[in-house]
Amino acid sequence: MTRALRYVLPFALGLAVLAAWEFLVRAYAVPQFVLPGPSAILSALIADFASLMASLWTTLRITVLAFVLAAVSGIALAILFSQSRILEMMLYPYAVVLQVTPVVAIAPLIIIWVGFERINVALLILAWIVAFFPILANTTLGLRSTDHNLIDLFRLHGASKGQLLWRLKLPSALPFILSGMKTSGGLALIGTVVAEYGAGSGTATGLAWRIIEAGNRLQIPRMFAALILLAGLGIAIFYGLAFLEYLLLRKWHESALPEER
Amino acid sequence: MTAIASLRGVERIYAERLKALGPFDLDIREGEFVSLLGPSGCGKSTALRLIAGLLEPSAGEVLWPHGKPPIGFVFQDPTLMPWATARDNVRLPLDLLRVPREEADRRAHAALERVGLAGFETDYPRTLSGGMRMRVSLARALVARPKLLLMDEPFAALDEMTRQDLNDDLIRLWRDDGLTIVFVTHSVTESTYLSMRTVVMTPRPGRIAADISLARTPAPDPAYRFAPEFAANASKVSAALRDGMKAAA
Repeated sequence: MTRALRYVLPFALGLAVLAAWEFLVRAYAVPQFVLPGPSAILSALIADFASLMASLWTTLRITVLAFVLAAVSGIALAILFSQSRILEMMLYPYAVVLQVTPVVAIAPLIIIWVGFERINVALLILAWIVAFFPILANTTLGLRSTDHNLIDLFRLHGASKGQLLWRLKLPSALPFILSGMKTSGGLALIGTVVAEYGAGSGTATGLAWRIIEAGNRLQIPRMFAALILLAGLGIAIFYGLAFLEYLLLRKWHESALPEER
Repeated sequence: MTAIASLRGVERIYAERLKALGPFDLDIREGEFVSLLGPSGCGKSTALRLIAGLLEPSAGEVLWPHGKPPIGFVFQDPTLMPWATARDNVRLPLDLLRVPREEADRRAHAALERVGLAGFETDYPRTLSGGMRMRVSLARALVARPKLLLMDEPFAALDEMTRQDLNDDLIRLWRDDGLTIVFVTHSVTESTYLSMRTVVMTPRPGRIAADISLARTPAPDPAYRFAPEFAANASKVSAALRDGMKAAA
């Protein structure tokens, strides 16, 4: 199969589905509040472009910030765990509690504590809670999966704890960290959106709020437009991180290399 | 010859129950090429790690009459860092010693050249063959100019011809650097070909079954593999290995 086909095929399928959708909606005169056609969604997107983009920006900002915080804190905590077994035994269960508690359930509490006037901070905390764990768990696993013989070799040559960490443990954990980041990127977006729902009307101005607002007003094309932006954002985050992974691993890691000659 | 390392009544017990080694007494003399030969699980690797200081003896002690020399260690697997090039892998011991970058690069290059890998400096381990990876591993062990080289069945996973080549290269390196080598293997032919002294071990817990000195000129000699005295030496070692296993049974 040629390389071009890999891109042409899904694109052609998408176009065909859109055409069929448009045709069916028009042929059966489906009302817009039930299912708007692609053309109606596109016009809504164009008509509300400014406000939708502002909302996209709000959601994107919180998502990215939450993701960065999750990555930094997840990796830092995993490093602490790798240096001290006692610390890990003490703290890990609480990290799990944070992970297993549904974010919708904690959202009201966090929002009340932080206050509506600082809603973005509350959203950030909630999205961070959701995004944090996969990075912590994967980095912890990665740091622990270091080749024991290599650790012995480092010890034999008198490596310091810092050298062991920076020259051996972190590089060998990198594939795990990146895999955790790919999961977390998507979760940061989900966390942000869920938190926006939790915050409810009038306070948050992200894409989730646009969806609620459009739903309340039965502006279904607008709702779809916001949904599409949200999906596009999720896809961009995923592929952006996949590309980062490719850049960092392409030279040496099995996952990024072509199959055996 | 004076002893560079002395193991005195060394024992190693795992998990408070399983005795892997000992008691074990061994003098490693300066400049000799000594093989530790024994069946799988007899504690050969344990003995090597005890010498390296990677394990502590449960009893007895490892003595260094002239102080502990710089040690090189070659593992059963190449044990390379997959994210680093051949040169960066070889440079590792120097980097850990904080040798300046330029000098480290120069010495890594020289070490790679010595094991026949000039021109592969920027290759990643993934793109090298098994034999080449083992050569990188050997270059890394030599780059910090060790006095004592400890090798843990390094060529066991290689095909016969690659193994023979590496055996000859190793003998050359041993001679040129005036190294002391302790070489763990379970192959009678390999230990017979390589070493001037073969220490035969019993099954677990490993003890010394025989300590056999072989006449071996320190030079690669492919013809020796097919010489009558090689067969005689190998059968002597082989018999000692069988006796050791019988005595333990």
